[in-house]
Amino acid sequence: MSVLVYLVPIALGLGLTGLFAFLWSLRAGQYDDLDGAALRILEDDDLRDSNHA
Amino acid sequence: MSLAEVTDLSPFTHRHSDGTASMEFAVEGINCGGCIGRIEKSLKQLSGVDDARLNFTNRRLTIAWTDPHFDPSQAVETLARMGYRAHPFRQRASEEYEAQEAQSLLRYLAVAGFAAMNIMLLSVSVWSGNVTDITPETRDLFHWLSAAIALPAAAYAGQPFFRSALSALRVRQVNMDVPISLGILLALGMSLVETANHAEHAYFDSAVMLIFFLLCGRYLDQAMRRRTRAVAGNLAALKAEFAHRLLESGEVVRIPASAVHVNDRLLIRPGERIPADGVVVGGQSHVDESLVTGETAPRMAEAGATLYAGSINLAGAITLRVTAAGHNTLLDEIDRLLDKAVKDKSRYVQLADRAARYYAPVVHTAAAATFVGWMLAGQSTHFAIITAISVLIITCPCALALAIPAVQVVAAGTLFRSGIFLNAGNAIERLAEVDTIVFDKTGTLTLPEPCVVNAGEIDTLLLDHAARLALSSRHPLAGALARYRGQREPFPDVAEEPGQGIRTTFEGKEMRLGSTAFCGLSVPQELTDRYPGASLIAFRHGNREAVLAIHQALRPDAAETVRALAAQGITLSILSGDRAAAVEPVARDLGITDWRAGLNPAEKVAMLSGLKARGRHVLMVGDGINDAPSLASADVSISPITAADISQAQADAVFVSDRLEPVLQAVVMARKARRLMRENLWLAAVYNAFAVPIAMAGFVTPLIAAAAMSGSSLLVTLNALRARTLRQRPVERESAPAREVTA
Repeated sequence: MSVLVYLVPIALGLGLTGLFAFLWSLRAGQYDDLDGAALRILEDDDLRDSNHA
Repeated sequence: MSLAEVTDLSPFTHRHSDGTASMEFAVEGINCGGCIGRIEKSLKQLSGVDDARLNFTNRRLTIAWTDPHFDPSQAVETLARMGYRAHPFRQRASEEYEAQEAQSLLRYLAVAGFAAMNIMLLSVSVWSGNVTDITPETRDLFHWLSAAIALPAAAYAGQPFFRSALSALRVRQVNMDVPISLGILLALGMSLVETANHAEHAYFDSAVMLIFFLLCGRYLDQAMRRRTRAVAGNLAALKAEFAHRLLESGEVVRIPASAVHVNDRLLIRPGERIPADGVVVGGQSHVDESLVTGETAPRMAEAGATLYAGSINLAGAITLRVTAAGHNTLLDEIDRLLDKAVKDKSRYVQLADRAARYYAPVVHTAAAATFVGWMLAGQSTHFAIITAISVLIITCPCALALAIPAVQVVAAGTLFRSGIFLNAGNAIERLAEVDTIVFDKTGTLTLPEPCVVNAGEIDTLLLDHAARLALSSRHPLAGALARYRGQREPFPDVAEEPGQGIRTTFEGKEMRLGSTAFCGLSVPQELTDRYPGASLIAFRHGNREAVLAIHQALRPDAAETVRALAAQGITLSILSGDRAAAVEPVARDLGITDWRAGLNPAEKVAMLSGLKARGRHVLMVGDGINDAPSLASADVSISPITAADISQAQADAVFVSDRLEPVLQAVVMARKARRLMRENLWLAAVYNAFAVPIAMAGFVTPLIAAAAMSGSSLLVTLNALRARTLRQRPVERESAPAREVTA
C-alpha cells in the first residue's frame, strides 16, 4: 500500500493544477467572448505580409 | 442624426489612473466573423488609438487610447464609413453586478467540480474495496482525505445556498435552500462522525456532488438572465437620447441626455423628445405628451410654458431652460408609484418555494419517523440516527431544485430566439397563470408612429411635396406626415392660415395643405367609410389634389392575435390614457368589449388593483411612461421594444417586433413551461417515493445515494429540454423572424 504515498498526492496535485488553471483562465477573461474566440481563429493575421492589401 | 454635428462623448469616457482612457460602444451591423478583424484593424490604424477589442458575443467594442488629443468620435465616424453604427455605451450598475456574480458562481462551480471528482476517485476505491479486500486503515485514510477536501470545498462552494437559507430563516420562511443546506450539513457532519468511528460508509461524495449539480443549475439560470440583460443594455444604448445644448457663443453641441444639467439651455427641434423638465424661453410649438399622460391630443407650448421630460416636440423649434434634470423630474412621481408596485409584486411566491413549503416538513417528518421507528424496533441509537440522516441525504432536493430552473432556462432561451427577452427569472411562472390581459392602446396595440394609411393610392411625388410643405406647419398631423416621409427641407415663404392650413407657391402654382374645405375639396365619403377614426388632410398643388388619411395603424396581426388570445380563454381589455373617441374604434376593430379611456397612471393602477383583488391574474402590455406604474403593479408585464426606457425597465419581458404575436407566444410558451415544471416536480416526487422507503429501511449506501441523485437530476434536465420548441399555432402562418437586435 506504500504506493498510495505517491499516487494520492499525484492525483490531488493533478486535480489542483486543473482547478488553478481554470481559475486563472477565468480571471484572465478567457470566457468573456466565447463566440468571438471561435471566429478569431479564422483570421489570417499571421499572413499579413503576403495578404495585406 | 448627422455625423457632422459635434457630439460631446466625454461623459462616456473612462479615465484610468495610469493616464490611459477607454470607451465602450454597442455596435450595430456586426453579423460575421470577418467583421472582428475589419473593425479592429481599421480602428488600430487611427492615430492615437492604442487598442481596439471587439467582443463578438455581446457586440461591444472597447477602444483604449493615451493621446489626450484623440477624439473618440473619430472612431464612430470610421465605423460609420464601414457601415457599422456605434453607440456610446455605459454599463449599468446591475449588469456589472451580475457579471461579478457570474464569475463567483463559476469559481464556486470549479471548486465544487474539483472536489466532487477527487472525492469520487477516493469513494470508488472505497466502494470497490468494501466488497473486496480494502484494509480498515486504508479506508480510514481515504475517508479522512475525502473530509479534508469536502469540508473546505463545501464551506466555500456552498455559500450561495447557506446564505439564501439563512436569509429565509431569518424572516421565518422556508425556501428550497433550507432543506438543501440542512442535507449538506447533516451529510458532512454524519460522515465526519462515522469516519472518526472507523465506519464503512461516509457521504462526503454525496454532499459535494449535490453542491456541484445545484450550482450548475444556478449558473445556467443566471447566464440566461445575463444574456438578456446584455441585449437590453445594447438596445438602451441604441435608443439613447441626445440633447442639443446651446452654448453662450450660440453654438449647438450634442450631448447625451444624461449629461443635461439644471439651467442648461436646450434647443429642441421638431420631432425630438424633450430630455428634461423645463420652461420654454423661446419659440412656439405643440407637444405630444402621450408618453407622459397618455393624452394623444397635442398641447400648445409657448414662452413660459412648462414641459415635461418624455414629451415629444411636434412642430417648431423651441428653446428650453432646464428646471429639473435626471432624477428631479415629473418621473419622480411615477417612480414613487413604481416603488410601491414593485414591493407588492415581490410577494409572489415561486413554484419552487411553494413546493419547498410542503416538501421540507414531509421529509423532516419522515426522517424523524425513521429514527423513532428504529428506536422502537430495538435498534441502537447509533443505527437509528444514521438511518434517519440517510433519509435526509437521499431526499435532499437535488432533482427538485433543478426541476424549475432547468425549465426556466430552456424556455427563456426559446423565447429569446423568437425575440422576446425576459427581465425577471420567475416571469415565466407568472405569465403562465395569466387569465386577464390589459392592453394599453397607443404604441402597443397600434404601431408607435401614425402613418398615412392610404399612401398606396397617392402619387409619390405629390405625397413628398405634401410632406415637405407639412414641415412648415405646427399642426401635429402635419408633423406626423413630415416624419412619415422623412422630409427635412421646408419650402420657403410658407403662409399659415390659423385653423385652416398652410400655403405657398411652388413651380408657379399655388400649393395648399390643410382641411378639405381649405383646399376646396369635399370630404370623400368612401375614405371615411374605409378608415373610420382616421384624420384627413387635404393637399392641392395647382390642379393636382389628394386627400390623405392619417391614422395610428393597428399592428398588422393585432386582430388575429387578440382572437387567438381570447381562444386561450383569456379575458381582454384596454385601459388607455387617450380620448374615448380614439379608443373606441380600436376596441371595436379588435372585438374587445371591455375598454376604458382617459385614465391617468394612478387610475390605471387602481383598476389593475381592482382586477387583482377579484382574483384575476393580470398581464399588462404597455409602452408609455404613463404605463410604467401599471406595468409594475400588474402580476406580469410585457413591453414592446419601442417603449420608453422606464417602462422597459419595469416590464418582465420585452419583445422586438412590429407584430403583437410575441404576446401570444410568451403566454403559450409560459403555459407549456409550467406544465413541464409540474411534470418535473412529479418526477422528483416519484423518485422520492421510491428512495425514501429504501432509506427508511436502512439499505442506503453512498453508492445508491450517488446513483439515485445523478439519475433523477439527469431525468428532470432531459424533460426540461422539451421546452426547446415553441409549438406553432395557426396564427403564426407566416412566422416573422425577429429582427437582428444584438447587432
